[in-house]
Amino acid sequence: MAKKYDAGVKEYRETYWMPDYTPKETDILACFKITPQPGVPREEVAAAVAAESSTGTWTTVWTDLLTDLDYYKGRAYAIEDVPGDDTCFYAFVAYPIDLFEEGSVVNVLTSLVGNVFGFKALRALRLEDIRFPVAYVMTCNGPPQGIQVERDIMNKYGRPLLGCTIKPKLGLSAKNYGRACYEGLRGGLDFTKDDENVNSQPFMRWKHRFDFVMEAIHKAEQETGERKGHYLNVTAPTSDEMMRRAEYAKEIGAPIIMHDYLTGGLSANTQLAQWCQRNGMLLHIHRAMHAVLDRNPHHGIHFRVLTKILRLSGGDHLHSGTVVGKLEGDRDATLGWIDIMRDSFIKEDRSRGIFFDQDWGSMPGVIPVASGGIHVWHMPALVSIFGDDSVLQFGGGTLGHPWGNAAGAAANRVAVEACVEARNQGRELEKEGKDILTNAAKHSPELKAAMETWKEIKFEFDTVDKLDVSHK
Amino acid sequence: MSDMQDYKSSLSNTASRKFETFSYLPTMDAAQIRKQIEYIVSKGWNPGIEHCEPENAFQNYWYMWKLPMFGETDVDAILAECEACHKAHPANHVRLLGFDNYAQSAGASMVIYRGKAV
Repeated sequence: MAKKYDAGVKEYRETYWMPDYTPKETDILACFKITPQPGVPREEVAAAVAAESSTGTWTTVWTDLLTDLDYYKGRAYAIEDVPGDDTCFYAFVAYPIDLFEEGSVVNVLTSLVGNVFGFKALRALRLEDIRFPVAYVMTCNGPPQGIQVERDIMNKYGRPLLGCTIKPKLGLSAKNYGRACYEGLRGGLDFTKDDENVNSQPFMRWKHRFDFVMEAIHKAEQETGERKGHYLNVTAPTSDEMMRRAEYAKEIGAPIIMHDYLTGGLSANTQLAQWCQRNGMLLHIHRAMHAVLDRNPHHGIHFRVLTKILRLSGGDHLHSGTVVGKLEGDRDATLGWIDIMRDSFIKEDRSRGIFFDQDWGSMPGVIPVASGGIHVWHMPALVSIFGDDSVLQFGGGTLGHPWGNAAGAAANRVAVEACVEARNQGRELEKEGKDILTNAAKHSPELKAAMETWKEIKFEFDTVDKLDVSHK
Repeated sequence: MSDMQDYKSSLSNTASRKFETFSYLPTMDAAQIRKQIEYIVSKGWNPGIEHCEPENAFQNYWYMWKLPMFGETDVDAILAECEACHKAHPANHVRLLGFDNYAQSAGASMVIYRGKAV
């Protein structure tokens, strides 16, 4: 029976609240944390979020009747309490796959975190998680190379990779900058990295930087007999200029380039990732601006969502937080999004903040990058938390060594190898970390000096853990 | 400056040449090698041995010593093959690998006998 047109404002829940709906395997599912205005019923707010992030608007329009809105609409299908917080609740919404352009995380986000976040009936709104059906995953390009291919390209097996962000982050000339890279690489690092702020400023234009850094890589490779790289940041004011820098990096033989996916934009990122895949280049992804979006527990986008978005858009490395460094993050939640980066199937696990099963099909994984305020004393915990498929990215923890970058790098490398060897022997790194490092330092004056420079830290991380699920 | 150490590494100093995982640690003794073999076996990986002249160590393809030891879990048998490869090629680097056929990658790779640096 055809419907009649009935102008006016209807309650959202009449159309968009469907507690009996069973989500389809192909639906995109979202979990929102909703803080409603006082007095608005939960079902009505949840339905409003489903409506405003899919087909709805505030009033009925006659053109609604030209299509099958009951098919295209988003459906709020469940509501749950948030443990430990009565001001908000979780709402689960299912969207039919037809609502989104294939291979476009841009389109998905424009709907799910678009106008709805400014909606007046809400005091705050947070997108906690998205379940991307494998049918949608397979329309996206994903990481250009993936973890195994990167290991083969770089010839690094059975241990975490080591990196170092060059400091000071702004102000060095290209030649001095290349020197800092060379010293780190010859000392035993696998990668050095442009700081995210380094683009193409007047004191160091990008092309000079690329040229000097490539000489540093070549010489360090000849000297050590090992493969080396530097994340050349191609983030630029326009995507045309970004591509120009990427093309030049390839021309001079750089193995890896870098992009800031949030400030640079998801369209540009996806374009660059696809180019990297076609051209055999690795892509390191920095996440400047993420804390603007993900830090407030009531409003914004959780980092696990930003992680999924990046894996779909494309990148081989993504900064993940360290758990132990200067930017302390919740250990269980971090382990959750590290799995989201690397694994092919992740099960729902509320104790790690994972709301949905996520199947990545055949899409390659992303290597988590632990960066920020870490040094040799953190190494046992880092190896234990992150395992082999990770980049441990130092900055001051290499460059601040009293004898310089090469010695700092050697200290990092000896420490990571000692920890991996001990782990393989079945030793407990977080308990025996001090012994393992002290023993390794007997053969490495560089490590000994590093351990004396930075204060010993305690390996009792259980006491500082904060579970995200209780949202204190 | 007097207590600051120089970082002794150069193109002309052959001792600067490294060979990836564990090459910044002292050479492993027999007991340490055994532990690493036990680790490879415990992970369910297939042990393999490769060797190479030190001057060609940068290349991807080293010489396989026989075939990877698919399904081999006897640590003594694996150790014996490592020693046999080293005996046959005493001047070469000999590396022990653990092939993870699910990841299609080496889960472990380490030089256990070091050739003469060049």
